[in-house]
Amino acid sequence: MTTAVAPTGAAPPATRTSKTPKGRKGMKSVYPSWFYIPAAVLFLIFFAVPTFSSFYFSLTRWTLFDVQFIGLDNFIQFFQEPQLVTAFTNTFIYGFVTSAAKVVLGLALALLLTGPILGRGYLRGVIFFPVLVSTIGIGFTFKALLDPFHGIVNNVLGFLNLPQPGWYTDPGLALLTVAAVDVWKGVGIATLIFMAGIVAIPHEYFEAARMDGAGAWSVFRNITLPLVQPATATVIILSLIGGLRSFDLIWAITKGGPGFTSDVIASVIYKQYQAGFFGLSTAGNVILFVVVIAVMVPVSIFLNRKQDEL
Amino acid sequence: MTLTEAVTTAGSRGTRAPKADRRPMTFRRWMRKYAVGIIAILVSIVVFIVPFVFVVLQAAKDPREAGLVQFSLPTEWRLWENFVDVVSANDYNFLLAMLNSIVLTVASVAIMVVFAAMVGYVLQRKRSKLNAYINFLVLAALIVPPAVLPTIWVPQGVGLFKTLPGLILVEATFGLAFCILLFRAFVATIPKELDEAAIIDGAGPIRLFFGVVLPLLKPVIVTVVVVQAVAVFSNFQNPLYFLPGSDTPTVQLPLYNYQSQTVSQFNLLFMYVLLVTIPPLIMYIFFNRQIVAGMTSGAVKG
Repeated sequence: MTTAVAPTGAAPPATRTSKTPKGRKGMKSVYPSWFYIPAAVLFLIFFAVPTFSSFYFSLTRWTLFDVQFIGLDNFIQFFQEPQLVTAFTNTFIYGFVTSAAKVVLGLALALLLTGPILGRGYLRGVIFFPVLVSTIGIGFTFKALLDPFHGIVNNVLGFLNLPQPGWYTDPGLALLTVAAVDVWKGVGIATLIFMAGIVAIPHEYFEAARMDGAGAWSVFRNITLPLVQPATATVIILSLIGGLRSFDLIWAITKGGPGFTSDVIASVIYKQYQAGFFGLSTAGNVILFVVVIAVMVPVSIFLNRKQDEL
Repeated sequence: MTLTEAVTTAGSRGTRAPKADRRPMTFRRWMRKYAVGIIAILVSIVVFIVPFVFVVLQAAKDPREAGLVQFSLPTEWRLWENFVDVVSANDYNFLLAMLNSIVLTVASVAIMVVFAAMVGYVLQRKRSKLNAYINFLVLAALIVPPAVLPTIWVPQGVGLFKTLPGLILVEATFGLAFCILLFRAFVATIPKELDEAAIIDGAGPIRLFFGVVLPLLKPVIVTVVVVQAVAVFSNFQNPLYFLPGSDTPTVQLPLYNYQSQTVSQFNLLFMYVLLVTIPPLIMYIFFNRQIVAGMTSGAVKG
């Protein structure tokens, strides 16, 4: 009985040959392929079909009811209008700045919070809390806190006789301000992932290093940093994926303004959609698609190779 | 897949305290624990607590004071009045929006958990030529940003555009890939002998999965539920595209509209922010214990 139903593919060849056709059928259906179907249907209808049709719609003048093929005009228009080019470069800046800051701050906080420190539970909770708050709510809160005239931040800076920048009204600063708020909101997840990575490093390594007289910096540089690499890769990939398509926070704080200086591709897609240029909007989507692939593929290959070297 | 291992274990290992250090307390180590700790707590108050205190203060002010957006105590505490104002505005529209958001979150996360667990389980257990393609599709779905307008076009064709069921399916689809990666990584830690034992006891494939394997996935289900529920509940972009108009709003849309409609009512805006934060907070507090419990039971450690 037991040999007849041994279901694993790792069963020895002898038993495999002795199986009846009926038994083999039973073995196959232990892990039924139709388990893929529910997810596959959703994936196909709401992801694959739209993604592939976006390539076609990006080449059209489109109003949901009427489609007219116009070739590459949408893409030409996209790269001819300076504000759209700004959005293109801003997407990269936003993605890289938020991702880098989350890695550095998340790792630093994780090191702090896995060591002996006063109030560890409180600090962990408070750093993670913003993750739970609505992005739009956080956007409005910081819009008020960073208000150029009445906000507490500039009031304190004024009290200290420091310059009071127009955080989201200064064209050169708006995008970075939003990115900073994004880091403030998202650093909790990065910290959590890094903490998991640090705690997973066997304790013996640290003890051995200390026996050999390694200082704090040397332990970090030669043990923690290389061994926490999987967590680093996770944080980089997740925050890049999120950062490159970021929309909610930008829309809540600046709506892409002042002017178009803090627009990113995702906000342009929405603006063109609102204006009724569905074809142009979808072209923006295809451009975002290309940007994300162009960034994510080399980054993941690089991170994977680094992992293999260890 | 290291990406997923780090995330799967994030909740569990992150909450476990590292091994106690038995070295004697030197001055340097005392400094590190208390001096650094005090500095960290002070910084955290400025960076994290002040914004939340600000939200609470704003939510307690009258419209004129709140409009000044200053960090000051309200002259008159109006928390309850503002709460009633927010909830009762537009014929208690807030309650409808909250109900919609909760239905949206529960339904889409439930679909994600069941469908993604099924895929992750078979994908990890069964050796097949298809696996390489499916793995590629899952990664692609994780990375590729969804094409929004053509995604509107599809539900419109089947009459699901501007409806809650349509948005539920869209949110579930967008979250599937991430969940599949987590489930696949976690299924690998469940010994295959368990499957064999269940089959010997006469379980069919469906009983095997729903009766034996799915309950063992509890820790990763908790992770998936927490991460995705927060993401779906606080997502603004998808309701904005898929539920335009105000027939069936979720809480994030009226929150955004509060800013444009009622410029002089910052107090209500921040009361709204406060109220919208409560459901994710309750869920986090509730499941945070579950994460620890699920891990310490040890039933799943292979």
